[in-house]
Amino acid sequence: MSITMTGRRACLRLLLCCALFFLALTSGAAFSQSGGELRFCLGSEPKTFDPLLVDDDASLSIRYLTGGVLVRVNRHTQELEPELAESWQVAKDGKQITFKLRHDVLFSDGSPFTAEDVAFTMQRLMDPALHSSTGDAFRSSSGAISTKIIAADQISIIFPTPLAGLDRLFDQVAIMSAHSPRKEMAVLGPFMVAEHKAGSSLLLRRNPNYWKKDAHGQRLPYLDSILLDVQSNRDVEMLRFKRGELDLINILDSEYFDRLAATSPKLTHDAGASLDSDFIWFNQVASAPIPEYKRAWFRDTNFRRAISQAINRDDLSRVVFNGHAQPAVGPVSPANKFWFNSKLKAEPYRPDAAQQRLQADGFHLQNGTLYDKSGHAVEFSIVTNAGSKPRERMAVMVQEDLGKLGIKVNVVTLDFPSLIERISQKFNYEAAILGFRNVDLDPNGQMNIWLSSAEDHAWNPQQKSPETAWEAEIDRLMREQASTADPKKRKESFDRVQEIVAEQAPFIYLVNQNALSAVSSAVAGANPGILHPQTFWNAERLTLNPTTRASR
Amino acid sequence: MNRARKLACGVVLAVCAMSLAANWLAPAGYAKQFREAPSAPPSRQHLLGTDEVGRDRFARILYGTRISLLLAPAAALVSTVLAALVGGLAGYLGGIWLRLARGFTDLFLSLPWLFLLITVRALLPLNVSPLVSVLITFLILGLLGWAASARVLSTSADALRNSDFVLQARASGLHGARLFLVHVLPNLKPILYAQFWISIPVFILSEANLGILGLGVAEPLPSWGSLLRELEGMISFREEPWRLVPLLLLVVVMTSFQTLLSNEEVTA
Repeated sequence: MSITMTGRRACLRLLLCCALFFLALTSGAAFSQSGGELRFCLGSEPKTFDPLLVDDDASLSIRYLTGGVLVRVNRHTQELEPELAESWQVAKDGKQITFKLRHDVLFSDGSPFTAEDVAFTMQRLMDPALHSSTGDAFRSSSGAISTKIIAADQISIIFPTPLAGLDRLFDQVAIMSAHSPRKEMAVLGPFMVAEHKAGSSLLLRRNPNYWKKDAHGQRLPYLDSILLDVQSNRDVEMLRFKRGELDLINILDSEYFDRLAATSPKLTHDAGASLDSDFIWFNQVASAPIPEYKRAWFRDTNFRRAISQAINRDDLSRVVFNGHAQPAVGPVSPANKFWFNSKLKAEPYRPDAAQQRLQADGFHLQNGTLYDKSGHAVEFSIVTNAGSKPRERMAVMVQEDLGKLGIKVNVVTLDFPSLIERISQKFNYEAAILGFRNVDLDPNGQMNIWLSSAEDHAWNPQQKSPETAWEAEIDRLMREQASTADPKKRKESFDRVQEIVAEQAPFIYLVNQNALSAVSSAVAGANPGILHPQTFWNAERLTLNPTTRASR
Repeated sequence: MNRARKLACGVVLAVCAMSLAANWLAPAGYAKQFREAPSAPPSRQHLLGTDEVGRDRFARILYGTRISLLLAPAAALVSTVLAALVGGLAGYLGGIWLRLARGFTDLFLSLPWLFLLITVRALLPLNVSPLVSVLITFLILGLLGWAASARVLSTSADALRNSDFVLQARASGLHGARLFLVHVLPNLKPILYAQFWISIPVFILSEANLGILGLGVAEPLPSWGSLLRELEGMISFREEPWRLVPLLLLVVVMTSFQTLLSNEEVTA
């Protein structure tokens, strides 16, 4: 009898164990992969946690990880996807966008998300006193922007003039709570700031109220936390990654990439040409303290085109970036699938054609030195930022290329603040090599560069009226594309802008660097892309292997 | 001359001879870019490989040695002479002069030179040839590097001022410049030598650091400082040990100089 009872109990226990095991299996693999702490570095201390005041890379990363947005550009497909808004509609006149919001969404502090929060965020964003660069993208004219709450889950935002690419702009707008006492620390994104050690590290914990769930119904994110160390030294970052102390390196330079690839090829990712570009430009500012004859060279389209033709971009890509870069075509990288003008090609290396072009303009070669028609030897300096090895090397290679034409180039490396002061305030320079880090696919993101009145119109900024016919034409085309909602018309206008830039060469584009990154084998689910944030754009779906999880 | 001194002398002479014969020994110009072979390992064509843009490292070391061996000691000489004038004289004169000199030296040492150098760079024109840039760099180093040495020298000169033999010289009627030149300065010679030799590697490294302010030796001219900057970011020395040659050369040359110096002192 007792044996029978013991046998029954054993059977029951066995059945219970089987049932529990079955439950564990059917609840999805996600349960087994939850938890753990992801670790990587920020290049600098984030300047702000206010999502509407973000202006630096580190703060941008924090906003991406903590902020909830209405719509999100998928970093892989470059398509717009719904997030806090289930759906949205842009009015035909391009002046209004209406969002239908998700239900039952809570901020990290438990306060509910409603249309009121969207209205509050937009009003605060457009407050001129805030000086938000995110808000600048929405300001196409002087009129005020208004919001209209249709229901608790529906809101319209009305603009005074049509705004091109309106819906995509909301990818950068993290919604803030209108009522939470925690202000910007109440977030709708997958993580929330839990601890901040100034100058040292930042700990983000999982937002327990994050709305998104995976296919098995498990609430995201999978990770418990993300530890972000503030580390500006790339060498140290690399060493720590190699030791297994870090899981990701978002941006790697080609030298480190190759070294890592030599020993651990599976950890490195080359996503191809990025949106970033490096270029040279000449100072064309009328009031710049440079000799008049040099200004005449720099303002001469033939001179600029000749310089462009004399630079071997293939060598720059191969030597400076070990092949992890592509010769640049123009203001839009080929990686920008929609906006790139595919009719344009990178300027080929043609020193003979460059020589002919210069001769046609009155330049002549004498004893290995190039002279202009007034007899001045062609010599100028190129400034770039000290500490940027790729730019220093590009400058040295350009120096050698132009030396073959008889042009003497002096390479000067300056600390960044001095460089910025020279190129944007005193205009005391002749030529510069710098680059743009594009985070925005839409040409509206480049308005601050192409409008002749803009501050970042580097070769001749803040013009009262366009000084050349081609700059007037670029102004017209940029305004035209910004004032229509029709993507086809916008594309036509911006294609023409790219053609004018190729014809006039105000910026001599050199290379588009590839998006290089490293992801530890401890991380699963990473799919590095070309858009920021390259490695952790799907942070809520990243997981760590059991060994790493157990060790942290 | 003992064996160590002979060896040191041989090393210094060999390095100087090689750098002077760079035009014949170097397989290519220091600026010539072999773009088909960037960051190449040592080979028959490139004895020490090539740098990141394909320039022959051996050629750059030979030409860089010429520049650094000529200009770093020149800058060290300028700073040592200034230190001797300020520190030595103040220590010898003593009293208010010593206090004034020490105060001035302390003030000079406490100035934020990094920021002042940025201002200096802002005042200099951008279109400066590489040769002029290297002269400016070492001149600035010479003019700014005297303060620490002056402090050491002032203390030593102060001690000498009260020593028995100086008192005896005074009692014998020696005063002023003659007493300083005949009795004080010769006794400061070992310290002056030491400060001079210490300054040379310091200036070479400072020149490399000044590169980040746009004040260093301009491209494509090589110097030991710019060659040492190649070591930035090196994670493993085992992978490319030939990149350590500029560092090794600096250490060997400085050690040789020190060996020569110490033997001279012993002989003296």
